[in-house]
Amino acid sequence: MADCGEANGPERKNEIVRAKNEEKELTKEEKQRLRKEKKQQKKQKEKKDDKGSSEKSGREKTLDPLSASQVLSTQSPTQKVPASAPIPVPPSGAPSHSSGAPSHSSSGAPSPADKPAKSKAELKAERRARQEADRASKQQGSSSSSKTKAPASDLNPVVKRLPEHVQVDDPAVVKRLAKKLERQQTRPHSSAKKIPLRSDYGYKVSLFSHLHQYSRKAPLTQLLSIPSSVIHPSIVRLGLQYSQGIVTGSNARSVALLHAFKQVIMDYSTPPNEELSRDLVNKLKPYISFLNQCRPLSASMGNAIKYIKKEISNIPSQYKEEEAKTKLLECIDKYIDEKVVLAAKAISKYAIEKISDGDVILVYGCSSLVNHILCEAFDKNRKFRVIVVDSRPRLEGREALRRLVQIGISCTYVLISALSYVLPEVSKVFLGAHALLANGYVMSRVGTSQIALVARAFNVPVLVCCETYKFCERVQTDSFVSNELDDPDELMVTRKGKTQLEDWHDLSTLGLLNLVYDVTPPDFVDLVITDLGMIPCTSVPVVLRVKNVDQ
Amino acid sequence: MLVEDKKQTEQKKYFRTQMRTDPDMASAVAAIRTLLEFLRRDKGETILGLRESLKWATDCLTRVDSSVAVSSGGELFLRFISLTSLEHQDLARCKKVMEERGELFLEKISLSRTKVAKLCHTFIKDGAKILTHSYSRVVLRVLEKAAAEKKRFTVYVTESQPDTAGRQMAEALRRLGVPVTVVLDAAVGYVLEKVDLVIVGAEGVVESGGIINKIGTYQMAVCSKAHNKPFYVVAESFKFVRLYPLNQQDVPDRFKYKADTLNNVSELSKEHPVIDYTPPSLITLLFTDLGVLTPSAVSDELIKLYL
Repeated sequence: MADCGEANGPERKNEIVRAKNEEKELTKEEKQRLRKEKKQQKKQKEKKDDKGSSEKSGREKTLDPLSASQVLSTQSPTQKVPASAPIPVPPSGAPSHSSGAPSHSSSGAPSPADKPAKSKAELKAERRARQEADRASKQQGSSSSSKTKAPASDLNPVVKRLPEHVQVDDPAVVKRLAKKLERQQTRPHSSAKKIPLRSDYGYKVSLFSHLHQYSRKAPLTQLLSIPSSVIHPSIVRLGLQYSQGIVTGSNARSVALLHAFKQVIMDYSTPPNEELSRDLVNKLKPYISFLNQCRPLSASMGNAIKYIKKEISNIPSQYKEEEAKTKLLECIDKYIDEKVVLAAKAISKYAIEKISDGDVILVYGCSSLVNHILCEAFDKNRKFRVIVVDSRPRLEGREALRRLVQIGISCTYVLISALSYVLPEVSKVFLGAHALLANGYVMSRVGTSQIALVARAFNVPVLVCCETYKFCERVQTDSFVSNELDDPDELMVTRKGKTQLEDWHDLSTLGLLNLVYDVTPPDFVDLVITDLGMIPCTSVPVVLRVKNVDQ
Repeated sequence: MLVEDKKQTEQKKYFRTQMRTDPDMASAVAAIRTLLEFLRRDKGETILGLRESLKWATDCLTRVDSSVAVSSGGELFLRFISLTSLEHQDLARCKKVMEERGELFLEKISLSRTKVAKLCHTFIKDGAKILTHSYSRVVLRVLEKAAAEKKRFTVYVTESQPDTAGRQMAEALRRLGVPVTVVLDAAVGYVLEKVDLVIVGAEGVVESGGIINKIGTYQMAVCSKAHNKPFYVVAESFKFVRLYPLNQQDVPDRFKYKADTLNNVSELSKEHPVIDYTPPSLITLLFTDLGVLTPSAVSDELIKLYL
């Protein structure tokens, strides 16, 4: 204790003296704090020298190709997005929760506010990592550190925190997530009623080991204690619907989320001595973590949550509770109406101009927006026929087929393996999107980029239909870094009483991969139809800029 | 009905006189002059009525001259003059404001060709061999400026059937003292290995960054891509139009044929189109009075112009 480095003068000395005279626990805390301060000072000295090499050794935990792509993706500047923009798909309020999410263990010094959050084990891990870094740098000599000096100073401002859902193979991060879930209860509840942490299932293919892989047969709700007063029942129901695949599709999920939030707001009552605008946001955080655990949030859901949080925090404090609640319910209704319902109408108006008589249109999977467009075009007496392409294991095309045949459109149904066989007779391809990224890439159901690629080879125009609320500021160039892994057991097929791959768990070298999304580059997309009009794929950042100016 | 017909014939006469007095003027500029004159003579009582009649006037003009530029110029003119605060109480004062804006717009676009020429002539190096298509006044202006800068270059012009407008271009270039050769439309692939760059004008620039121009441009673009020669387009900003064709078929019929054909002939499928669409992937750069743009930046500029 007496050997602390740069003391803050007489203040520290008094504290130390006081501590010496008090009980053992306090001194332990003191010791921890002093150790932390020493560490901070040491880190500040070393920061400029060993930043590069310490980062490299810290990232050894993740696979090498992955770490390279992670560094690349965090460095790629997005056009007009400031470096401090919020990180990818905003998970459960993690970036805004400053005390809850300290930066990645090997990058940057922990801020003083994080002190109570760190456990001894994490401190030890950090110290060990830094010692290894020191040893490594001493071995490599000054040449490497001088080389890494220049990029290190470049890396410093650009390195963003990676969201937890893409660091599943890093045990420190998983532990941190568990602690955060514990902490997201309001004080009076006991720890038995916390949000459970869902565990991964089955062997994960190494390229995707940084993502979660859950089993449908073990929904999160089974781990919840009854009665669970932490999570609102409509949210529990919603979570179950998400994880079992009852509610699927970007639009359906966001609208269901907003309806559940409306229910939450209606049943909400401000506790005494609290303000609605602040307390309600805090109440929503555990719900969002819970939903994130049931199924990772989509980009559209992320934008909807951002909007709600903004609306809640903008409620002026002089509003009475009833007024505030009605206002919030109105806002949510308006959002759904504007961004989903009216947008669909506007998009159909533009899209119908592009459908001429005698067209053969190809669609993939089940996109609510594309189905809406085709139904409207049919109502306006356009003569066309549709080819529905489908793929395992979700077989969503069957739902689209059902809807189109019901109103009388003549359809053909093929599996994706027959794509190059049907394409010569196709005149246009209409695709839906899960999200449009800031660099013009289209994120959609797995198989979409394949369709776009083959259509390009046959010179068939590809049109993507997407509402503007699905535009997100994330930048992605591949389908590996951020994706979703579905239940691998879904790939098993039972035919004539025999199930192939029944005992795939026993084979240690066999891995089943059930990807959900993939990313299509903008060169394969000819036109994007949004509610603002028809734009080329490269103009997505312009729309984002215009939208931000409006807000 | 009679009043409208009278107005229409008056308009057409004014438009044709404008075109005749200054053959060097773009048809869109003549159209905008006509619209300005129409605005001055209009006796409408409301702003909304004024806008409606201006739209009607633009429609009439497109029936005289069906080029894309006339319709795009008309729409941009309407937007430009109403893009100011029209909160005055007096209609006469509003009209005056609109007329002033109209004059300003006309002034701006008459300078646009000079701006384009100033930007583009630096891309023509000494000793260059240039290939161009049909008769374009903007390209002529660019080559004039380059010749004035004492650069030595030779030009190959395609004959451009069915109206052999290429010969007109060759005549104009000979008068400037530039060595020029007229080639057949079919000889574009043959001659491309000799040329260094390709410059063409445009009748309209579409949202995707592609262009609509005299038929034969698309072929030239595909060949120059195959030979890896740069393909430059020169166009003024009033030619930017809110169309998004996906392929040749997708271009609306009202632009594909001349106005006389559209009015007189019943079976359009037997007629030969006079324009074609060149997709943005084949274009290297566009020179406009808004600057030198890549095809993907055109959409950005269009959003700024129209929104």
